[in-house]
Amino acid sequence: MSEVDLIEGFRDPEHMKALAALIKKECKSKINIMEVCGGHTHTIMKFGLSQILPEFIEFVHGPGCPVCIMPKERIDHAIALASMPNTILATLGDMIRVPGSKTSLQKLRAEGKDIRSLYSPLDVIKIAQENPDKNVVFFAIGFETTTPMSAVLMQHTIENKLTNVFFHINHVTVPEAVEAIMGDGNALIDAFLGPSHVSVITGYKIYEPIAEKYHTPIVVAGFEPTDVMESVLRIVRQVNEGKSVVDNEYARAVSREGNLKAQALVNTYFEKRTHFRWRGIGDIPNSALKLRAEYAAFDAEIVFDDVLPKTELNDHKLCICGDILKGRAKPFDCKVFGKACTPTNPMGSCMVSSEGACSAYFKYGKLNLKGARA
Amino acid sequence: MCLSIPSKVIEIDENNYATVDTMGVKRKVTLDLIAEKVNIGDYVLIHVGFAMNKISKEHAEDSIAAYNEIAEAMQNGEISEEEGNNNYV
Amino acid sequence: MSKKILLSHGGGGEETQNLIKELFFKHFDNEILLRMEDAASLVMESTKIAFTTDSFVVSPLFFKGGNIGKLAIAGTVNDLSMMGAKPKYLTCSFMIEEGFEYAKLEEIVISMRDEMAKSGVKIVAGDTKVVPRGGVDGLFINTAGIGEIQYEGISAHNLAEGDVIIVSNEVGNHGACILATREEIELESDLQTDCASLWKPVEALINAGVKIHALRDATRGGLSAVLNEWAETSKVCIEVDEAKIPVAQEVKGVCELLGFEPYEFANEGTMVICLPQSEAQKALDVLQRFPETTKCALIGKVTTAFTCKVVLHTPWGSERFLEPPKGELLPRIC
Repeated sequence: MSEVDLIEGFRDPEHMKALAALIKKECKSKINIMEVCGGHTHTIMKFGLSQILPEFIEFVHGPGCPVCIMPKERIDHAIALASMPNTILATLGDMIRVPGSKTSLQKLRAEGKDIRSLYSPLDVIKIAQENPDKNVVFFAIGFETTTPMSAVLMQHTIENKLTNVFFHINHVTVPEAVEAIMGDGNALIDAFLGPSHVSVITGYKIYEPIAEKYHTPIVVAGFEPTDVMESVLRIVRQVNEGKSVVDNEYARAVSREGNLKAQALVNTYFEKRTHFRWRGIGDIPNSALKLRAEYAAFDAEIVFDDVLPKTELNDHKLCICGDILKGRAKPFDCKVFGKACTPTNPMGSCMVSSEGACSAYFKYGKLNLKGARA
Repeated sequence: MCLSIPSKVIEIDENNYATVDTMGVKRKVTLDLIAEKVNIGDYVLIHVGFAMNKISKEHAEDSIAAYNEIAEAMQNGEISEEEGNNNYV
Repeated sequence: MSKKILLSHGGGGEETQNLIKELFFKHFDNEILLRMEDAASLVMESTKIAFTTDSFVVSPLFFKGGNIGKLAIAGTVNDLSMMGAKPKYLTCSFMIEEGFEYAKLEEIVISMRDEMAKSGVKIVAGDTKVVPRGGVDGLFINTAGIGEIQYEGISAHNLAEGDVIIVSNEVGNHGACILATREEIELESDLQTDCASLWKPVEALINAGVKIHALRDATRGGLSAVLNEWAETSKVCIEVDEAKIPVAQEVKGVCELLGFEPYEFANEGTMVICLPQSEAQKALDVLQRFPETTKCALIGKVTTAFTCKVVLHTPWGSERFLEPPKGELLPRIC
């Protein structure tokens, strides 16, 4: 088995067809399945799984896109930090494109500010060493998958005795987000596809309280299309048997306990915040991390507190991302979807990053979906 | 964001960095997050310049074998595409 | 000749003349250029002329399988070829950063000479400027090209229901190769650019009497850009069978690692052809004879299922729209 088999072996059209047929045969009632993770949204849209699955399997797109859920005021934090003199702001991925209240990091970079889009957090070390007279601020984003990497960066920062590296921590956690969605009893969700790579780090034990409290099956699914299809089949079978347990489809990468070394590293440097605002959802207690007090000297929110804006900013009232995230609406239900709100001009969290539900629908989904407009 | 892909370890250096190969494209990733020993030829999941864990070939092979069985069952007519309950609540 | 290009080399004086003679005239040797007039005096065999211009600012300057010079020649030759025009004459302007290594410049010029030989095109007029450090990033090249149209009527307006779409090569090689070479990403692969002059295969198609409705090289924005532009211009639907689009394994690897689609990556030696279905096999037979186009494949057809849309039929029994590429995918790819 090669790594090609590990990717393409889980995309075999014959397997997909057979799994779809089996799901169609066994599914006896409508099931709303929330895929928490943006990567799963991507898989579902790119491979057109909604078209292959029977109509009574419906996907609800969850808040698993760490860029999407970043409230505008914190994007403005990034802009404020990047605007400081003698500062290099570094971050990962899509963050550069996301607009704050007035501008984006990408636009700021075009105006001459030093803003770096990194492929790995560890690049910060080299940048800091090459620019000893500058402040290097790492704007850290991501769910539990990416938090350990920030922890290792902290470790390297300390080992290298760097005093010009600072962290703005926006790491968030999955279980509390799911809790927030299910908590008011209004969500129309019957089961969950558990995130693939969050689970690699945390282990699938973190979902057990949710399955028990809300009686929803949770199947931890791999990223490939057959992983998702098989996980849907397992959900169907649990529903048929009246079960609601955590099941691990992604056994080749996920265990119950997860990566203990990564978890220990995270615990060394970070602790939970009591509150954190999620764009589109609002405040979710204990859902985000910050640096521990003993590392305050590295905490950009403390060190540069005076430049950081404090006002909370809400989205346009036509934006229905909050309902989309709870499974109560689809992107096509939104009046501004594809018109005033597009990937280049996002108005709300779901359109912001390529993993957001609205963005995925915009790119892949305008064909053959319920309520689709060409 | 959680973009992560299986890759084969083809080299490990003295700083605990592994060179991994994904479909002919090679990259260096750090093994700092992996507690157990990583060997040349192992498969790892990589994410933003780190290896997150090792992939179990045995589990992968089991999964694919299970899919092959289902596909075979379909070819033998044991699962019909027309069957199934199309009524839903 | 000194080891580095200096400001004086662009001053118009003796150093400029030396540079032109010892480097450009040496390798771009032809009697029109060597006359050293203010402009080239040309006789064209036809009154139907194709005329194009292009600028090349690719970064990095050297990549696997090519460099900015090869790109400049192939790119301009291909623009003309896509109009069914035999490439005849090029102009070439160099904008060089002070301090640029002479040896690198010579390597680029030699690549250009070699690439020109493949189509027979000649550089007949040129210009050299040297700017202070930081004025350009190493080297920028601008070209203009003239060709004689041998097959008239090729146009993005011509797509008709029932036509088929052929792609001449694997898609995405150039874009993926450039991305993999960019220092920040630190990927290593054997991936090569597909940079190539396409006049010979195009000429062969014309000589074989193949009817061509539309022809375009898939540069920035890749296959997706071409198909969407055609669908939009002719107001048709193009339906593509995803499994039939040839993509190199390593391009797939880059896409998986970085989250891209190969259909958005630039190509510099790959063309897309729209032609009547009855002509398809003849065209494929012709293309298979040339190394640049031996991996050609029939990938789709023109229908009226939607207007101005490209539909991708996936191997998994689903379909999706192939949206036109948006945003800053990859800067300075050509």
